[in-house]
Amino acid sequence: MDYAIAILVSLLMLGGAFFAFAAAIGVLRLPDLYSRMHAASKAGTVGSGLLLLAAGIYSGEGAILARAIAGIIFLLLTAPVAAHLLARASHATGHKVWDGSVRDEMRKR
Amino acid sequence: MEPSAIVALAANVALAVLGLALLLTAWRIVAGPTLSDRVVGLDMLTGIAIGFIAVVAVKTGFALYIDIAISLGLVGFLATVAFARFVLSRGERQASPTVKKTKRKDKPKRKADKPGRAG
Repeated sequence: MDYAIAILVSLLMLGGAFFAFAAAIGVLRLPDLYSRMHAASKAGTVGSGLLLLAAGIYSGEGAILARAIAGIIFLLLTAPVAAHLLARASHATGHKVWDGSVRDEMRKR
Repeated sequence: MEPSAIVALAANVALAVLGLALLLTAWRIVAGPTLSDRVVGLDMLTGIAIGFIAVVAVKTGFALYIDIAISLGLVGFLATVAFARFVLSRGERQASPTVKKTKRKDKPKRKADKPGRAG
């Protein structure tokens, strides 16, 4: 195995683990449901995507790399939809935004 | 240091960091004041589990783990959508203590208002 592929896979794995950890800290520490959702759906998706890309590159086969990239595209397509649905449902059932939030454009609808 | 040793070391470090992230997210699920917070934590937990499976795929060399990760992502998406529909239909009955206080303050006012309007 080549050194370049090993270092690339290692960096991708460490970066993905860092993004997932940052997303977990955001989910734990942010003050509001909506801000927690933004941490989970953006940084969390990038973390899982980088780890899947590392697994696909490490296998060294084109078919497996293509499957990993298909999984990343699937994650990138579904995470915003799920977060949007959950935020809309929470807002419709009267979940308050944080006091420090600047504006709530959905309130009057 | 051989290439496989570098990858094994990075995989171990990544597994440790992901385990820590899993613990923090589980804390939010236990502590989360409302159902929506717990659903956000569950979504995050699914993402971290996908990363875990990808690191295990690198560590063991079995490429089939990637398919398992993709199917777990599908199940996690469907679970989040189902929970969002459930939150929408059920409402926030088990709300946080602060929201409960405001609801208790509101309810007597409404009850007091309605007889006043009727009479």
